[in-house]
Amino acid sequence: MMDRYSKLQMVGIYFAITIFLIFILLPFFEMFMASLRPLEHLFRSPYQFWSDDFSFQAYRDMWVTVPLLGRYILNSIFIAGVVTGLTMIFVVPAAYAYARLEFPFKNLTLGIFLGVNMFTGAVLLIPLYRVLRTMGLLNTYWSMIVPGVAFLIPTGIWLLRSYLEKIPRELEEAAFVDGASRMYTLRRVVLPLAVPGLIVVGVAVFIGAYAQQFLFAITFNQQRELQPLPAGLFEFIGYQDVTWNQMMAAALVGVLPVMIIFLFLQKYLVAGLTAGAVKE
Amino acid sequence: MVDTAQTQLEAGQQQRARSLPESVFAWLLIGPAMLFIAVIVAWPLAETIRLSFMEADLGGEQYVGLANYADLMDSRKFHQTIVRTFYWMFLSVSLKLILGLIGATLLNAAVPGRALFRVLVMPPWIIPIAIGCIGWLWLYNGYFGVLSGTMMQLGITDGPFEFLAHKQSAFYSAVVTDVWVGTPMVTLFFLAAMQGVPRDLYEAAYVDGASRWYRFRRITIPQIMPVIVSMSLLSAIFTFNSFEIIWILTEGGPRSATTTLIVDTYKTAISNFKFGEGSARAVVIVILLGTFSLIYLFFLNKVNKHYGSGKK
Repeated sequence: MMDRYSKLQMVGIYFAITIFLIFILLPFFEMFMASLRPLEHLFRSPYQFWSDDFSFQAYRDMWVTVPLLGRYILNSIFIAGVVTGLTMIFVVPAAYAYARLEFPFKNLTLGIFLGVNMFTGAVLLIPLYRVLRTMGLLNTYWSMIVPGVAFLIPTGIWLLRSYLEKIPRELEEAAFVDGASRMYTLRRVVLPLAVPGLIVVGVAVFIGAYAQQFLFAITFNQQRELQPLPAGLFEFIGYQDVTWNQMMAAALVGVLPVMIIFLFLQKYLVAGLTAGAVKE
Repeated sequence: MVDTAQTQLEAGQQQRARSLPESVFAWLLIGPAMLFIAVIVAWPLAETIRLSFMEADLGGEQYVGLANYADLMDSRKFHQTIVRTFYWMFLSVSLKLILGLIGATLLNAAVPGRALFRVLVMPPWIIPIAIGCIGWLWLYNGYFGVLSGTMMQLGITDGPFEFLAHKQSAFYSAVVTDVWVGTPMVTLFFLAAMQGVPRDLYEAAYVDGASRWYRFRRITIPQIMPVIVSMSLLSAIFTFNSFEIIWILTEGGPRSATTTLIVDTYKTAISNFKFGEGSARAVVIVILLGTFSLIYLFFLNKVNKHYGSGKK
């Protein structure tokens, strides 16, 4: 009964949702329309919303204009994937320590981790460049992976810690009484129970890694074939002309794989956040 | 026989492993993450602080003491940049929080199709920021964009209107894009928090005849307050440091109208190779954000205590 809405309320809710979604989806719609528009249309006046010569030609031509496009799309996913894996390797033990154990400097070190959130790569770009050069990582995949991992560790710890705190302590204590070591308890008791939380944090880290590749890529990497999609897209801006329609088409096609993966995972994401991460 | 001995040996080993002091075990667990952060964040940070006392460029370094900071203190332009950055942050974060709250409430309403709506809200968060910005770049374009096109068709403007070419409109356009990028995450976290509110609270209020608006104000808002407060801090830090959006849309222009601290830092250090002056700006960012966060955390503690969930 409580959840019933009157007809008028329903109309109001759908109307508001529509407005909200128009704001969210307008740029995608615009990119799609632009991808259909032949280049010579761009300066046509008056402005035309639609004309008969719109076509999907750009979706074919883009692979020829930028031959490495497929590689860029895969690079993006590969870099984000490796960043996610490495980040989780660092995050899982640390988050467990903060969720369960008592140790000296616990709050101070947690504060330091969260403080890292205050920097973005852009603040530390110059010295970061030197550090990566010293390590010989410039112009490799690692130059984009290593900073990505560092800036995602704090968020990962923060999210996973609150999730782990929700797991009942009794199970660990039972394993302990049975003589299991701390490491064994972590590996065999806590981690299996934490799988939903690990998925949520993993997806969140992946999104972070996928969304923020641009800056590191244009600063630390000059190797064309290693570039991720956001950097590679700017190749459509050529010396003579900018093939805007192909750039838009490539952007839309390029994010499609991750969109599809996300479609399958989003249920867990919302449910997982509800179960653990934000409920204080 | 052998088996028993083996088991006993293992048990003994486990006993010893178990007696590993809690604090040592904890440090073993956080150690790798700490070390990684130390090398990739703390070392560069120390280097930034060192460079901020130098006159440094591609040619070399020379110690100049506090000269870089003194220059910033005297620079009217820099003062304006600081004010602009805080204005940018407050405006954008407020809009993200308000839209996030409205969006989460709508997506939380028990109407058919809400599963689909939840998916449709996410794309700006998932796709690379740079790609979303390309879409907005197009929208704001006077000749190609649908916004200017519509305005011309409706006769609001005579000719093409370039949103990013005028000081005022460029600033607010960048804010809109920043809000667009940040809103889905805020919405998602608020939605998750709303779903965590115990249903019996609403039912009790419903039985007592409380209106929907009253329930929203007196139950939903207080219950999700800790999440609102922690999200606003996180969002404030992201927004303060939001770089890619401004860089791709305007590169800080026209005539510095969209130059926030982070853009100014990047321009000085990376575009103009003034490493020392750029580093001083980076240090100012860290100090300002650090102070802001501490004040905020103090406030957060109070809120948590007030709403009775401050035990963590």
